Amino acid sequence: MKTSYHWIILCAVLATSGCSSLGVKPWERNLLAREDMLMDADALDLAFDEHIYFSKEASSGGQGFSGGGCGCN
Amino acid sequence: MQLTKKKVAGLLSAATCTLLGTPAQSADNGWDVDSAILFYTEDNNRIEVVEPVISATKDLGDDESLSMKLVYDSLTGASATGAVPSTLVQTFTRPSGRGTYTVDPNETPLDDTFKDTRVAYSMNWEKPIDRNNRRNLGFNVSKEYDFTSISANALWQHDTNQKNTTYSYGISIELDDIDPVGNVPEPLTDMLAQDKGGSSDTKNIVDLLFGVTQVIDKSSLFQLNLSLSEADGYLNDPYKFVSVVDSVTGEPIQQLFENRPDSRSRQSLYGEYKKMLSNKDIFTASYRFMTDDWGIDSNTFDFTYRFRLKEGYFIEPHLRWYQQSEADFYHYFLVDGEPVPTEATADYRLGEMDATTVGVKFGKQINDQHLWSVRLEQYVQSGDSSPSKAFGQLAQQDLYPDVEATMVQFNYSFKW
Repeated sequence: MKTSYHWIILCAVLATSGCSSLGVKPWERNLLAREDMLMDADALDLAFDEHIYFSKEASSGGQGFSGGGCGCN
Repeated sequence: MQLTKKKVAGLLSAATCTLLGTPAQSADNGWDVDSAILFYTEDNNRIEVVEPVISATKDLGDDESLSMKLVYDSLTGASATGAVPSTLVQTFTRPSGRGTYTVDPNETPLDDTFKDTRVAYSMNWEKPIDRNNRRNLGFNVSKEYDFTSISANALWQHDTNQKNTTYSYGISIELDDIDPVGNVPEPLTDMLAQDKGGSSDTKNIVDLLFGVTQVIDKSSLFQLNLSLSEADGYLNDPYKFVSVVDSVTGEPIQQLFENRPDSRSRQSLYGEYKKMLSNKDIFTASYRFMTDDWGIDSNTFDFTYRFRLKEGYFIEPHLRWYQQSEADFYHYFLVDGEPVPTEATADYRLGEMDATTVGVKFGKQINDQHLWSVRLEQYVQSGDSSPSKAFGQLAQQDLYPDVEATMVQFNYSFKW
């Protein structure tokens, strides 16, 4: 369990340090601004999947909050 | 390139779009409506679900929006109780305590009284705070016959590095009320005794979310989320049993109501990469690692590839692979004469397993105003059906039958 906390802290540090060398200029966002390039594009598909896997497996969440609001598990 | 006023306005509009959650806004402030219906069917007459959902988002202008979602589930079929099969006919008391049902020899015991409906409603209000910060407030409520859930969440997102990096900080608090048919069973007591406590119990779940989304280049981005979840209260499934079997024959002689710890801490790390290729196809890959203090670790890989076809059509294959280890207190069965552990479950969802989903989605985007799609998926879950600890008649039984499910889903989105 201690090891798992270590990698979580490591990843959190890496994530919060940012990646200032990456990225684009504001006028180069035409592709990224498309609805199908959103991280939560197909939101209803994601919600269905979350509900199904929440009720069949022991894991949930990750992309969003893990609470299921469902008595199926 | 000569920039006309219109082009400049368009570029400025795109430039002010933040990366997350705010694609280029349409000029009108109407509603974006997404609707879908899911048909979920498991093999061997197990669970069937029909789940229609409608979601509507109102653009309030200046990147502020309000969205609402209504979900209805209709659920029927039979669910595995956790009890082991036997070479003899087995008789089980229904959860209500009134009446019984029987299970044929060598069949996995299923509770065939599984029937429920669920209605869930959620609201979300997203509003910019300033140029680089916005907040999102959400509220959810859901009600089914034996379960009520209320939750609220808040998400703060901060853009930096010319909006190429977005940090997200979120919290969700969920309060659940469990009201089992036939009251709450006393843990690890015999099913036949029907030793029940109060009519209901509660649990609460607090989730914390820390995320970063990073634009990599003009056509790709990456997201990394760290989630911490703490659940406290009644975490048992009141309808699940653990069989106590004879130490020689392996025949079940008693069914105990399961018992899980009354708290659970989970941590998960989720990463997603999304890339639009030069031909406008979109590739998405994600991975999630989860670990908890119940001893469960899981890995989830998910891939989609959207082929862009002519005239707005697209086709998107999907592959998902999931694997989890078993909970510390998972037991296929308990043996008569051995000490009964303080916590025990035989719920297959807490056992060691892997699962694969293969699917495809086909659809068409029409004039930026309408989108329809149909999705077909097949899910197969497998565990160790012949564990080495099985003895006597148990060695001949399938102690972890596969779960196979088919999902068919229709989506239709439009602007109103």
